[in-house]
Amino acid sequence: MSKQEQHWEKSRGLLFMTLAIWFVFSIGIFLFGAEMNEVTGPFGYPLTYWFTCQGSLGIFVILIFWFANRQEKIDEEFGFSERGDD
Amino acid sequence: MIKGNFIDNLPKVYGIYTGGFLAFIIIMSIGEQMGMTSKAIGICFVAFTVAIYAIIGYLSRTAQADAYYVAGRQVPTVFNGMATAADWMSGASFVAMAGGIYFKGYGYMALLVGWTGGYVLVASLLAPYLRKFGCYTVPDFIGTRYGGNLSRFMAVVVLTVASFTYVTAQINATGTIASVALDIPFQYAVYVGLISILLCSMLGGMRGVTWTQVAQYIVLIIAYLLPVFWISNKIGAGFFPHFMLADEVSRIAELEAQFGFVKNSAENLKEVPKGLAGITKAHSAVNATPWAFISLALAMMMGTASLPHVMMRYFTTPSVKAARKSVGWSLFFIFLLYSSAPMLATLSKLSLMDPTLSTGIIGKSITEVQAIDWYQNWNSANLMFISDFNGNGTLELNEFFMGGKAVVLATPEIAGLPYVISGLVAAGGMAAAMSTADGLILAIANAISHDVYYKIIDPKAETAKRLVVARVLLVVIGFAGATIAALEIQGILGSVIWAFDFAMSGLFFPLVLGVWWKRANKEGAVAGMFLGLVSGAAYLVWVRSGGSGFLGITQLTFGIFGSAVSLVSMVVVSLMTSAPNAATQKMVDEVRIPSGKSILGKQH
Repeated sequence: MSKQEQHWEKSRGLLFMTLAIWFVFSIGIFLFGAEMNEVTGPFGYPLTYWFTCQGSLGIFVILIFWFANRQEKIDEEFGFSERGDD
Repeated sequence: MIKGNFIDNLPKVYGIYTGGFLAFIIIMSIGEQMGMTSKAIGICFVAFTVAIYAIIGYLSRTAQADAYYVAGRQVPTVFNGMATAADWMSGASFVAMAGGIYFKGYGYMALLVGWTGGYVLVASLLAPYLRKFGCYTVPDFIGTRYGGNLSRFMAVVVLTVASFTYVTAQINATGTIASVALDIPFQYAVYVGLISILLCSMLGGMRGVTWTQVAQYIVLIIAYLLPVFWISNKIGAGFFPHFMLADEVSRIAELEAQFGFVKNSAENLKEVPKGLAGITKAHSAVNATPWAFISLALAMMMGTASLPHVMMRYFTTPSVKAARKSVGWSLFFIFLLYSSAPMLATLSKLSLMDPTLSTGIIGKSITEVQAIDWYQNWNSANLMFISDFNGNGTLELNEFFMGGKAVVLATPEIAGLPYVISGLVAAGGMAAAMSTADGLILAIANAISHDVYYKIIDPKAETAKRLVVARVLLVVIGFAGATIAALEIQGILGSVIWAFDFAMSGLFFPLVLGVWWKRANKEGAVAGMFLGLVSGAAYLVWVRSGGSGFLGITQLTFGIFGSAVSLVSMVVVSLMTSAPNAATQKMVDEVRIPSGKSILGKQH
C-alpha cells in the first residue's frame, strides 16, 4: 500500500470516529429525550434541556478542535502537512 | 500607532475598535442621563455602526481577483472564525431565536443543535478539501471536479435558489430594524438597509466583507451578551446566567403547573393581532417526538454543510490546516450567542410570569397591566396584547400574547434597563442581518460572475472587466432581493429554514461525494443536483398546498426527501455511466493531502 493510501485510510478512520461522536450527541441521545429529561444534569438543569442549551453545542466545539489536531498529526506522520503558515 | 502589515496588526486594530465601541456605549448612556431622547439614541447607534462598516468597506477596496473573491487567502484562523460567525448568525438568529425558544421550547431547540452540529460536517467532510482545491466559489469546485459547463451551471442554480431565499429574509430584517431605529416607513427602510449592505461589499468584495464581518461580530456579540448578563444580575438570578439558572428553569415549570395551559377558543383567538402568540408549551419539558426533533436537527446540519456563503469563508484561510481550525473557532464564536439565547428566553419568561417579581404581570389586574409604560409601548408596536377572555378582571397566562421578536427587543425594557441597551440591541440586530446579507449577496454575485460569466460565457475576459461584472451583479441582486423583501411575503424564520432545505437537496451529496467517492462522475452529479432540487421543491409545494406528506417530513424538513433523492440518483447514474477519467481520479487524490499546490492556480 502506498504512503498516500495509508494516509487516506487513517484519515478515513478519523472521519468515522468523528462522525460517530457527532451522531451520538446530535441524534442518538435525542431518541431518549423524554427519559433523559427526568435526570438532573450539570448545573442542576434537566439533562435533555441542558444538552440542547449547552451540552451538545459545547461538545461539537471541542470535537472540531480535537478532530483538527488529530488530522494534523496524521498529516505530519506521513509528511503531508503544510509548512509555515497558520 | 499602527506600523507595518495590516494582517499582523489585526488584534491591535480590532482591540482599538472594541474599546472605541464600548466608549461609544458609555457616551450614549451619559447622553441618556443628560436627557437625550430614545429616538436620538437609536439613530446614533445605527448610524454610527453603519458608518464604521462603510469606512472599513472603503478601506478594503481592491482591483485584484484574488482579493475580491477570496480576500487574498490570508485571513488568520481566529478572525475568519469571527467573520464566519457573523456571516452565519443572521437577523433571525439574533432577533427571533430567543423568541422561538420562549414559545416553542424543546421542539425549537432542534434548530440550536442542528445549526451547531452542522459545523462538525463542515470541518470533517468538506472545508479542508475545498480549501486545498483552491476554488473561488462552490460551483467552481463542482465544475472542476466533475467537469463540464452543465454541472457548473446546475451548481450555480442550486446556490442561487438557496441563497436568494435566505437573502430576502435578511434584507427584510435590516429594513425592519432601520425603520424602527430611524423612524422611517418600511418600504424606504429596506433600501436604506440595502445601501448599507452594499457599502460593505461593493468595493472590496470578499476582502471588504471579511473585515466588516469581524467588526459586525464584535458589535452583535456585545449587544447580545450585555443585556443577558445585566438582566440576570438585576433580577437576582445569578451573575453568570449560563451556569446559574437551574432554579429559574424549575420555577417556570412550577408556575406552568400552577397556572396551567388553558386552551383559548378560536373565537377569542380572532381578537389577537396576527403574529403574536401566547405561552402554550412547557419551557424545559420534552414536548416533541424524537423524530420531529431529530429530522429537523438533521436537515439543519446537512443544510449547514451545503450553504455556499459559509463554505466560501473557508476559502480565505492561508492553509488547509488553518481552514480546519477556523471551523472550530467559528463554532466557538457562534456558541457564545447560541448558548445565551435559551438563558434570555428563561429570564424573559420568568420576569413576566412570576407574580413574586416586581416585573411579573400574570395574576395582576388587567387595568394595572394596561397602565404599565412598556406594555403601552410594545402594544402600540403590535408586539404585545392582553385581553380578559374570562372576564374575571385578572390577567391569566392564556390571556397574554407577545411577538417572537419582543423577547430580544422588549426584555431589557421590561427588566428596567436603560434605553441605551435597546439602542445597542438595535445596532446588534442590524449588524447580524447586514453581515449575513453581505455574505449571501456576494456568494450569488461571485458564482454568477465567476462561474457563469467568466468560466462559461467569456473565458478570455480581463480581470478589470470581470470585477466590473461582479460588482454590477452585486447591485442587481441586492436590488432584486430588496424589492422582494419590500413586498413582505413570508416571515423571517420560515424562509431561512427553507434555504437550508434547498441547499441540502441540491448540493450536499454532490459536494461530499466529490471528495469522498472517486467513482462519482459528471452525469451522476448533474442528476443528483437536478433531481434533488426539483424533488425537494416539489415536496414543498405539495405540502404547502395541503398535501399530507410522508414519514413525518414537513415543509421545514423537505430537504431530507430532496437529499435522499439526490443521493440515490447520483449513485445510480454514476454507476450506470463510465468512471471519471484518470486525470480526475488523480485530482481527487491530490485534494486528499494538505501539502503541495492547490488544484486551481492562484489566478484562475
